[in-house]
Amino acid sequence: MSSRIAQIRLVSSHPEVYEPCDDSFALVDALLADRTNLLQHQPTLCLELGCGSGYVITSLALIVGQAAHYIATDINPHAVKVTRETLEAHGVHAELINTNITSGLEKRLKGLVDVIVVNPPYVPTPEDEVGREGIASAWAGGENGRTVIDRILPVSDNLLSKKGWLYMVTLTENNPLQICLQMREKGYASRILVQRLTEEENLQIIKFWRDSDSQVAEKENKTVPAKVMESFLSQFHIFPFLRGSNNDSS
Amino acid sequence: MRLLTHNMLSSNIKGVTNGFPLRIEIEKVVEKPVDFNPEFLRNMFPKIEWKALVNAARSMGYVELPEEVEPSTLYSEDFLHKFHHALLELHLEEGALVCPETGRRFPVSKGIPNMLLHEDEV
Repeated sequence: MSSRIAQIRLVSSHPEVYEPCDDSFALVDALLADRTNLLQHQPTLCLELGCGSGYVITSLALIVGQAAHYIATDINPHAVKVTRETLEAHGVHAELINTNITSGLEKRLKGLVDVIVVNPPYVPTPEDEVGREGIASAWAGGENGRTVIDRILPVSDNLLSKKGWLYMVTLTENNPLQICLQMREKGYASRILVQRLTEEENLQIIKFWRDSDSQVAEKENKTVPAKVMESFLSQFHIFPFLRGSNNDSS
Repeated sequence: MRLLTHNMLSSNIKGVTNGFPLRIEIEKVVEKPVDFNPEFLRNMFPKIEWKALVNAARSMGYVELPEEVEPSTLYSEDFLHKFHHALLELHLEEGALVCPETGRRFPVSKGIPNMLLHEDEV
C-alpha cells in the first residue's frame, strides 16, 4: 500500500510563509523512505520545529497515523495559521504553538519526544538577518547557515526520548560532516537518508539516533570503534562534496 | 489547544522559576471528537503532570477526573475515556495562558498559543 503524503493543492499559503520547495520535498521523501522503520518505532510524541506551510508535519501525520500526537512550532504567526489550514484540509491534527524553536516547551517535553523533524533556516546570510519577522525567518541561517541549526541541535538532544530520532535538512555549506561528528560526541549515530542536487543547492536529509556504541565510547572516554567510524565516514566518501568548504583555513 | 499541550507548556520568561502550570483564561472552549486509543493514553499517562491536568480540566468545566490515580486504574475503560476526553477533546479555542509567577498573559487565538517573548523578557 502506498503511503499518503500532503497534497500540494491542499497546502494553504500566505505571502509571508515559505511554500513547500525542494528542501521540503526531500525531507518528506526521506520520511517516506524510512516509513517502515517509523511505523515499527511507534512514536507517541512527534514534533516539528519551524512548520512553515505545514507540508511536512501533515505528511508525517499521514505517514505515521493518528495514533501518535503531533506538535508543531513556528516563530512566524502566519505560518502556524497556514499550517492549521493545511492540516485541516487533510483531516489530520497537530497542536500548534507560535514560539521561537521550542521556547516554553523545554521544561516539560524534556526526554519525551520520539521523533523530531526540522527543515531549519540553513541559508548562509549576514548574522543580523537571523530571526527577523516574516518569511525571512524561514531561510536566514547566519554564518555558514549554522546559527539556528546550532541552537536546534542541543534543544533536540534535550527533548528526544531514549529511543528518539531527529530528521534534519542540511545544505553542503552547513558542513554536515562536522554536524554529524558534533552529534556523535553527544552519543548519536547518523545516516544520510536522501541527498539531492537541485539547480541551486546540494541538500542532505540526515537522520540522527542515540547509539549505544558511541554512548559507551563517550562514557569510557574511548575512541569510537574503528569499524563504526569507517562506515559512518564512508557516506561522506561517496559524496565528496559533502565534506563542506572548510579547507580555506589550511 | 488541547489540554495535553497546556500540560507541556511553561512560562518561558527570563528569571521565572515557577512557570508551571500556566493558569487558563477562557473565552471560548470547543470539543472535538478524537478516536479513542487506550494504548496511546497509557503511554502518555506517565508523561502527564496529573494535578495540572485535573485543575486545567476543572477550569474548562470538566470535573470527572479523579484526584489520584492508582496503577490499576489505567486499565479501567471508564477512567481512560475520561482521561481521553480531558487530554485530547477539550480545546481552548480563544483565551489566554497566564504565567503563575508574573501574571504575563500569553494569548490563545484560533486554538494557537502565542509564546513569543518581548525583547526585555528573553
